[in-house]
Amino acid sequence: MSDQELDDGKRRFLLTATTVASGVAACAAGVPFVASMLPSERAKAAGAPVEADISQLAPGQKMIVEWRGKPVWIVRRTPEMLKAIETDDTKVADPESKRSQQPDYAKNEYRSLKPDYLVVVGICTHLGCSPVDRFAAQPEAFETDWHGGFYCPCHGSLFDLAGRVYKNKPAPDNLTVPPYKFLADTKLVIGEDTKGA
Amino acid sequence: MDVTHTKPPITHADKPPVTGAGPLNGLLTWVDQRFPLVALWREHAADYYAPKNFNFWYYFGSLAMLVLVIQIVTGIFLVMHYKPDAAQAFASVEYIMRDVPFGWLVRYMHSTGASAFFIVIYLHMFRGLLYGSYRRPRELVWIVGMLIYLMLMAEAFFGYLLPWGQMSYWGAQVIVNLFDALPLIGPDLSLWIRGDYVVSDATLNRFFSFHVIAIPLVLLGLVGAHIMALHEVGSNNPDGVEIKANLGPDGHPVDGIRFHPYYTVKDTFGVMVFLAIFAIVMFFMPEFGGYFLEYNNFIPADPLKTPSHIAPVWYFTPYYSILRATTSEFTYVLAAAVIGYTVLIWRSDYGRAAKAVAAIVAVVLLVGFFTIDAKVWGVALMGLAVLVFLLLPWLDVSPVKSIRYKGPLYKTALGLFVVVFLVLGYFGTQPVTDTGTRLSQLCTLLYFAFFLLMPWYSRMDRTTPPPSRLTH
Repeated sequence: MSDQELDDGKRRFLLTATTVASGVAACAAGVPFVASMLPSERAKAAGAPVEADISQLAPGQKMIVEWRGKPVWIVRRTPEMLKAIETDDTKVADPESKRSQQPDYAKNEYRSLKPDYLVVVGICTHLGCSPVDRFAAQPEAFETDWHGGFYCPCHGSLFDLAGRVYKNKPAPDNLTVPPYKFLADTKLVIGEDTKGA
Repeated sequence: MDVTHTKPPITHADKPPVTGAGPLNGLLTWVDQRFPLVALWREHAADYYAPKNFNFWYYFGSLAMLVLVIQIVTGIFLVMHYKPDAAQAFASVEYIMRDVPFGWLVRYMHSTGASAFFIVIYLHMFRGLLYGSYRRPRELVWIVGMLIYLMLMAEAFFGYLLPWGQMSYWGAQVIVNLFDALPLIGPDLSLWIRGDYVVSDATLNRFFSFHVIAIPLVLLGLVGAHIMALHEVGSNNPDGVEIKANLGPDGHPVDGIRFHPYYTVKDTFGVMVFLAIFAIVMFFMPEFGGYFLEYNNFIPADPLKTPSHIAPVWYFTPYYSILRATTSEFTYVLAAAVIGYTVLIWRSDYGRAAKAVAAIVAVVLLVGFFTIDAKVWGVALMGLAVLVFLLLPWLDVSPVKSIRYKGPLYKTALGLFVVVFLVLGYFGTQPVTDTGTRLSQLCTLLYFAFFLLMPWYSRMDRTTPPPSRLTH
């Protein structure tokens, strides 16, 4: 023990400085751990565009392709289905797709490049379930005046045949349209369009 | 250095030798002089005085600890065979079920244990609601207990992904997407939780890590804190009167009895009954009609196809119903409720500051209801439905703790709350229907009314004075 008098101010300063410095160091040490949970380079690389051959798709049918691990639906719509979409305008929350996500070329009533083909990400905009097909226009338990579309089994959101969400349902937005383009009449590429989006 | 040993050796002579352990006396004395063995035993068992009138409801604390042990032990053995890999997880669970000797038993013990854990915890929490165990001075016991409940929910959620069945996959997809709804940080946060753009191998691996290491460690720490806080303030009892107010000449509560041997024996009886029921479920109905193990989870995860009916496991369904009930038209009802509640606060005798805060919160909420998606409010209500339990110690202003001395208002409110909780739980297991949604919306309002109106009805209630000594 020395006889030197205790310098309380100095002690307090050193204490604060040590606390602050170790606090900063602890936060900095946390960065790599937090960052390690972000998508890896491999996961990011898996997002490449995919091609879909739609030559076998009959009118009124749906096919599913996987893009970035998500189901992308391609529905070949019949003229009746297109007519049903027009009658749904008053029932859907965002008929003109003002706040929904789609490339500009799909921001129309049918939400597609060619009216015959609907291409949407089959993931409900509510909590990410994959809605199921209810294409037939007939009274359903969830909607008596049903013109055909998709029904989300998780929380009951309804979408019409253009992927537009019904009013007063948990899902806030229409189904997302991914960037896509036609390579030929029967060949689509999803994840890439003419503008290279 | 001139060091002189003037101090006497610290412990050896001071501590009396351990007696009563027969041939182990010597060994225990040796340990006790180096570790507070006897002191710990006395503080938490032999000299812990608990009220003498514990009834049926007091079994569930020790049962919760038992289930925790079951889950940890069975978990250790499951990890020996399970593969946390999206390509192999489902098959490895089936391998455990079919090829590993007694693997089916260990797995059913673990899956039955998960549901048993929640049954026991819900009954344990209900005991708290019955007898006011959350009231001063046990606020921290209650809060730590609620944190345990939250961690348990996280543990169950992470664990449910591991079998990599359809319900595992889509359940995780839905719950992680809940975070997506948060304003600003939502999408990045859910991406960070998943570690990928969809629930994938990366997600499975980290959930495995949380399930087997992170959350269990936190749980064990919290359970320790729960018990330490409880033993600091002493146990409540069905009469809700403080036994420490009546000390005998020996300094111990006259209405208290030693935890050991009295309650260790009582709890042993409870454990035997519990294990008998547990074994019946585990051996004869491990799926419990699709409630403990959902049928869709026997189908391997398919990222492209959601099962036609998706529901979380039963213990989450009350909150899931609240989530589903919050549609955009329900936000109008919520807005009306917020206005009504604010008026109620303003007409009551709260201070000016409290009223101002209430008004500001109300305005923020009202603006939010009409600018932010109903989806966000669904998530918010679901979260609040769990967190609101934390406020109970301050919401209940009744002069008495136990329901035995509370009046008709609280008895009605608690009865209604139980019904509401069960109804919400039921509709959470069912597909969406209009009637179901309407009833869930009504129940959501009643659920929150139980908590948020408590400061008024617990004050107005006609209570009877509790006795000064325990009754039984």
